[in-house]
Amino acid sequence: MTDIIPDKESLVDDREFAIAARAQWKTIVRRFLRHRLAIVSLTLLLLIMVWAFFAPLFWKFGFAQLNTAEKSLGPSWKHPFGTDDLGKDGFARIMRGTQRSLEIAIVVSIISTALGVTIGAFAGFYRGWVDAILMRFTDLVLVIPLLVLVATLSAGVPQAPWYTIPVLLGLFGWPLMARIARGEFLSLREKEFVEAARALGVGDRRIIFKHILPNLAGPIIVNATLTVSGAILIETALTFLGLGIREPEVSLGLLIQKGLPAYSTRPWLFWFPGLAIVLLSLCVNFIGDGLRDAFDPKQNRVRS
Amino acid sequence: MALLEVKDLSVSFPTEDGMVEAVRHVSFTVERGEVLGIVGESGSGKSVTSMAVMGLLPRSARISGSVLYDGVDLLRLEQKDRTEYRGNRMGMIFQDPMTSLNPVYNIGWQLAEAVRTHNNVSKKAARARAVELLALVGIPQAAKRVDAFPHEFSGGMRQRVMIAMAMANNPDLLIADEPTTALDVTVQAQILETLERIQAESGIGIILITHDLGVVAGMADRMLVMYAGSVVEDGTVDEIFYEPRMPYTAGLLGAIPRVGAVGERLNQIKGTTPSLINLKPGCKFSSRCPLIVDQCKLTEPDLLPTDQPAHLARCHRSNDLIGIDASALFLKETVG
Repeated sequence: MTDIIPDKESLVDDREFAIAARAQWKTIVRRFLRHRLAIVSLTLLLLIMVWAFFAPLFWKFGFAQLNTAEKSLGPSWKHPFGTDDLGKDGFARIMRGTQRSLEIAIVVSIISTALGVTIGAFAGFYRGWVDAILMRFTDLVLVIPLLVLVATLSAGVPQAPWYTIPVLLGLFGWPLMARIARGEFLSLREKEFVEAARALGVGDRRIIFKHILPNLAGPIIVNATLTVSGAILIETALTFLGLGIREPEVSLGLLIQKGLPAYSTRPWLFWFPGLAIVLLSLCVNFIGDGLRDAFDPKQNRVRS
Repeated sequence: MALLEVKDLSVSFPTEDGMVEAVRHVSFTVERGEVLGIVGESGSGKSVTSMAVMGLLPRSARISGSVLYDGVDLLRLEQKDRTEYRGNRMGMIFQDPMTSLNPVYNIGWQLAEAVRTHNNVSKKAARARAVELLALVGIPQAAKRVDAFPHEFSGGMRQRVMIAMAMANNPDLLIADEPTTALDVTVQAQILETLERIQAESGIGIILITHDLGVVAGMADRMLVMYAGSVVEDGTVDEIFYEPRMPYTAGLLGAIPRVGAVGERLNQIKGTTPSLINLKPGCKFSSRCPLIVDQCKLTEPDLLPTDQPAHLARCHRSNDLIGIDASALFLKETVG
């Protein structure tokens, strides 16, 4: 009788290794989908975006359209968000304002995140004099009051197009992101996987952007989303002070500014844009929260 | 020509307290197909030596001497040319496999990265090579496991992946810096077995850095014993294990626990290694040595041939160790 000796491969229990092959993005999406608050927020935000960008195409009033026959009306079926003292339709104006505010916020977020991450990455990775110069520069930008600076600079541009404000906000709004990125790089550059990459002969740039940067996905995304909601608020503040978006352009901040004097007599002019700002900021923050959890590679257990 | 020839390598780091002489005048050679073990306690300069060979030392390090790889002095090369060697013609394995893999990429990407860094191949070809490499280091179901993330692997499997990464471009030299220190004993044995098999199949030269004498005895052909930044003994594993010619080595050997030696105290080398800042003249081991004589405090001995020609030792009294029971040297403090 002969012994049957199974080969080494088949001795290994298949079930132990039966983790289904899956791409990383699938894992991230799956984790994100488990985050209920984020999903609700994302759905709401998408609905608001569709409404703000596409509904104006079908709405019967334009955002700058005057109608002297229907001045200062309260909410009704014809004008769901009422009209202002020139008979402009509140619904159309809030759609337009939301659209502009979102665009502004996204531009600010993209510019400041890109700048901040790059500056922080180089400072944290190279340390020494590179770090010293970049971080002193960051400190300098950080101590300049953003609101005053942007207000002054934008005042110097006559007939400024709407994107002047977000570009300026982005150009000076990166220091926080830079500091976060620097801190992360300082710690990650000492990790053994970075040394292992060096031992493979991978160059500095590739180590920075391919090997280390993806490890920062969580903090970057959370901060970028916070920047989005922060930018909506700072645009509101700027415009409220009369230094940001100007008529005939419309943003949520502008609507609040215009609505405030009529706060007690025609409250709908103030409350509807205010509600829109709160909703947008909350949605964006909750989405950021969900994304942070989804990007954490160490978290693969079901949320309770 | 030797595959790797390190000549008179010295490395020091400037600190606020003075220069730390981490490695002093180290010379050795590694041939293809040979395993060179480097043993020594923490801070003896083992890792700094290997980092100098790989070119991974921080910029503040002052390096002198030469590192000849196939006759080319790596220390004289530009950084750009240096990366041609690193990861391509020599690979390195690190101590802690739990942190040596990037947590955000799957195993396949990281292996492919090793291939693509030095070869202009398609992603598909690099991935195929990744699967091949995983199979080479004995990971079952390599084609499936290639998409797994590091956190889905155990420590032993991750170390196999590290070996696979180091072997990705068929290097001639592999530096294993304490490859089994962070693993438990059974996994250690598997990793060493994997290394041995790969070495037998590919005929590469291996530098095995460890403080585990058992690992060296099992795998290495020749070994260096390092102490306070310099080589104190150099010879074949058999020569050094059976007839050490330097009291420090003898002390290390005597400190290995043996099965069956019930109730006996293990040897202990009293004292600690000297600070590597502002080194005193004389033998660096003299303050802990049971065989100390006046000369030891005055002049540092050279690394000289002993009674066995290929066996070098850095000791004024190496000849006095001939024929005595080395393992008992530190028990009887009266010897000598």
